[in-house]
Amino acid sequence: MNVRSQVSMVFHLDKCIGCHTCSIACKNVWTDRKGAEYMWWNNVETKPGTGYPTKWEDQEKYKGGWEKKNGGIRLKSTGKGRIVPNIFHNPSQPSMDDYYEPWTYKYDELFNAPEGPDQPTARPVSMVTGEYINVESGPNWDDDLGGSRQYAENDPNLDALTEDQRQALFSVEQLVFFYFPRICNHCLNPGCVAACPSGALYKRGEDGIVLIDQKKCRGWRSCVAACPYKKTYYNWSTGKSEKCILCFPRLETGQAPACFHSCVGRIRYLGVLLYDADKIQEVANLPDDQLVDAQRSMILDPHDENVIEAARKNGIHESVIESAQASPVYKFVKEWKLALPPHIEYRTLPMLFYVPPLSPVMASLDDTLTSIDKDFFHDVEESRVPLKFLASLLGGGSEGKVLYALKKMKAIRIYRRAMTVGDITMETAQRALKEADCTIEQAEAIYKLTSLCTFDERFVIPPMNREEAIEMMKDPHEHRTNTGFGFVDSPKRSF
Amino acid sequence: MFEGLVLNSDLIFLVVLPYIVTVLFLMMTIYRYKFQKFSYSSLSSQFLENQNHFWGLVPFHYGIIALIAGHLIAFLIPRSVLVWNSHPLRLYILEAAALTFGLLTLVGLIAIILRRHNNPKLKMVTSVADWIVLGIILIQVFSGLYVAIFHGWGSSWFASSVSPYLWSLITLNPDVQYIAALPFMVKFHFIGAYLIFGFFPFTRLVHVLVVPNHYLWRKPQVVRWYGIKRHAQDAR
Repeated sequence: MNVRSQVSMVFHLDKCIGCHTCSIACKNVWTDRKGAEYMWWNNVETKPGTGYPTKWEDQEKYKGGWEKKNGGIRLKSTGKGRIVPNIFHNPSQPSMDDYYEPWTYKYDELFNAPEGPDQPTARPVSMVTGEYINVESGPNWDDDLGGSRQYAENDPNLDALTEDQRQALFSVEQLVFFYFPRICNHCLNPGCVAACPSGALYKRGEDGIVLIDQKKCRGWRSCVAACPYKKTYYNWSTGKSEKCILCFPRLETGQAPACFHSCVGRIRYLGVLLYDADKIQEVANLPDDQLVDAQRSMILDPHDENVIEAARKNGIHESVIESAQASPVYKFVKEWKLALPPHIEYRTLPMLFYVPPLSPVMASLDDTLTSIDKDFFHDVEESRVPLKFLASLLGGGSEGKVLYALKKMKAIRIYRRAMTVGDITMETAQRALKEADCTIEQAEAIYKLTSLCTFDERFVIPPMNREEAIEMMKDPHEHRTNTGFGFVDSPKRSF
Repeated sequence: MFEGLVLNSDLIFLVVLPYIVTVLFLMMTIYRYKFQKFSYSSLSSQFLENQNHFWGLVPFHYGIIALIAGHLIAFLIPRSVLVWNSHPLRLYILEAAALTFGLLTLVGLIAIILRRHNNPKLKMVTSVADWIVLGIILIQVFSGLYVAIFHGWGSSWFASSVSPYLWSLITLNPDVQYIAALPFMVKFHFIGAYLIFGFFPFTRLVHVLVVPNHYLWRKPQVVRWYGIKRHAQDAR
């Protein structure tokens, strides 16, 4: 057992209201720079929808992630044999057209226009060329267009549905959508790291954050093609690739990442998971339908004495083990099995998990509301967002995993209704919980962490102990007198 | 060691210049690597323009790599090249291959220049230094093709005259006599090469020095530990 710690995340989709506050917080802190204007390290998509970059889940086009080949796995886009002929022109690299051309408006013309008969206007100008442009698409171009024939219909996850199910999604009565916020998943078997010819990408040993060494990156762009989630971006101005850094400067000082901190719906949870690094290769090689379970089995119980012992032996700090024991992510992913990894069939083993969304309640059966006494989970199984769609997105294709989570969430709603409204008997509620594999204690815990969670319960940030680590290498007093603040290489494009 | 040399244009451009650019090259690439490491990048523009990129970049790079390799082989193992060329058919094959790669480079380079010139987005990421690099390489490819066509059998006379001259420079015992009789365009080609060498550390050309060869040997996943916690078992 090779125990490592990983700062992991849960996004509760049932709570996401699609306000994009997370995206704006991230944009203002990190990507409001030349060359990075088009990047959204955090973005929120409407599902069904095509997302950003357009149809990023279509790996026939983008060639992201890993594929099974000759008994092992290999990157779909590149590899040792394929990097040499393709280094001058990367055949699977997306271009700016797949994202969008960033633009701004000539706001000063609103104020400085000379007096005249016309209302002054602020025309859009490209942030690349500075010329006037006709805006044709943007990062949230299909926002809220759940039933759109032009956008939602091109969602690659719809391939999992039957034709009838597909068509149903586009009839007015059945129209449905939910929001899907995305950041870098800080995977255990990251495609971006494995693809980088320069070895500039790396995973931090202590907390698993995946970063790009800006001084080592040479702009070969392999990471952009290899990440199946398209969460590494090429900065066209500096000639370096960039990605979500999980706000590590904030984490190291005990603050939640900007997108987590600013989340209005409080859908985001962050905490440490301990996992067995020896199993990464083995798990990434398994068939699609075993991946969700196998990844869960890699995640270790932080209360288990053997795990704690092995963690200590691997140099994991006592405070990090304690943090892992309080981790909300561990509860959602492992104890309650509510949170699921996105597209685990890409085999990068993402460490950001999603609680699937419940769809609007359906009036069906005999045109009245489904009677709760007869059938607890009818509207979950016949969900307006087809289970197959959610399974394609979050369950590695297996509906069972999604259904399990949705049933539990529904049962807890029934239970809470029995507690607060009282039109359902406690006996019925208990029966629902039992059917959903949930105890009353668990239901209470889930209810509390979902609805009444405080800031400190949502974000259990481990002490990173970076200062202790540096003290082992350098005497702080000596370091201070030697370098002061040190010298930082400015991010200039050329010499 | 410089005795017997008369100060003339040959001496300035074919002896003094190569030494100056070599010193410049070494000092500046090391300085840049040490203090402006961030600026070492391929500065790819494929993200901004992905259609014509292939037709320029691929022929150019394959062409120029083959050409540089050819020059290097004639420089390093001149005797073997002469032995190879002793058979006329083999000489023709080598000459034809060199000319083909020269034309491939030219086609790619022209495509690159047109692509950069015609796309408004690319103009935003093209500096004066980039135009200088493109211009000087274009001139160099032209002069090289001129030499290949009008002063044929270069693979042979390179091995017999140019190689000794270059070795005389490297052994700090410069002797221009080896190449004194060569036509003007050949000398012009030398000077072009030295200028490219001199511009090299100041331009995007430095990406040549950081080609990622270690990718072919490293493990797929990279983990970095902070401070002393690194141990062999985890470095994968």
